[in-house]
Amino acid sequence: MRRPATASATAKVGLMKVELLFWEGCPSYTKALADLRASLTDSGLDPDGVVLREIETEADAESHQFVGSPTIRIDGVDVQPLPDEPTGLTCRVYRRRDGRVSPTPDPADVRDALRAAALSAASDRS
Amino acid sequence: MPAIGDRAPAFTLEDTSGTPHRLDGAPATVVVFTCNHCPYALAWHQRIVDVARDYAGAGVRVLAINPNDAERYPRDSAAQMRARVERGEFEGVRYLRDESQQVARAYDAKTTPDVFVLDAGGVLRYRGAPDSDYDDPSQNALWLRGALDAVLEGGTPDPAETVPVGCSIKWRP
Repeated sequence: MRRPATASATAKVGLMKVELLFWEGCPSYTKALADLRASLTDSGLDPDGVVLREIETEADAESHQFVGSPTIRIDGVDVQPLPDEPTGLTCRVYRRRDGRVSPTPDPADVRDALRAAALSAASDRS
Repeated sequence: MPAIGDRAPAFTLEDTSGTPHRLDGAPATVVVFTCNHCPYALAWHQRIVDVARDYAGAGVRVLAINPNDAERYPRDSAAQMRARVERGEFEGVRYLRDESQQVARAYDAKTTPDVFVLDAGGVLRYRGAPDSDYDDPSQNALWLRGALDAVLEGGTPDPAETVPVGCSIKWRP
């Protein structure tokens, strides 16, 4: 798998900051990253601009408000927010749009979040 | 750790109502390590329940075992297990608690889910994932069903072993 360096710095995809936070103990982040890159490409954005951030300890999870792996944030906003979920080193449960449980978010939800962030960025510039 | 062809470790574990269960010489037994909080286990869950329904007439038993440390993962507590059973999520499947984690260790279980198929003599005949893709319900637990068909016909499962896929078992510190 092509894997960008885990970065502490902010990287931008166009005008957006796209982060994938993951815990190595949950294998789903590789598929989530592939799906995320495909969604970026579909949206005309740079698929290599994703910031990967590994969460290694419970303290990390708490400080990053990490509620499970994988977590995708666009400009700091979770693509499927779980405000009441406790932080911790665990695999995250997503619901696909057809109701199925999945270890990764529905690509349509990721694309919608990218679109919303792009619109918000455009609105901020105008 | 049992290999294919070895006798699987015996155990006695209680289900969510406190009834003990053990390997009892059923024509085939499915032992699946699973849990409440793992998306892989949840994604495959209905396929396991469907197997229990479809093979009940052949005398196949399906024993689901939750070995996770519920102190660190409260969704895997006995109370949460009981709630799922009471919601009807385990039709035809016994949901057992491996509080000591000794059974999971004896089987060298790696993930949730991790599936083991035993024949009538308690010999391990298949170990691995239910099928090749948690994300594709049409797979319908193909590997597990194939293993059961082979065991019930007195044959050899092919494949007999696949790589289990899922969340790591949450061992106690």
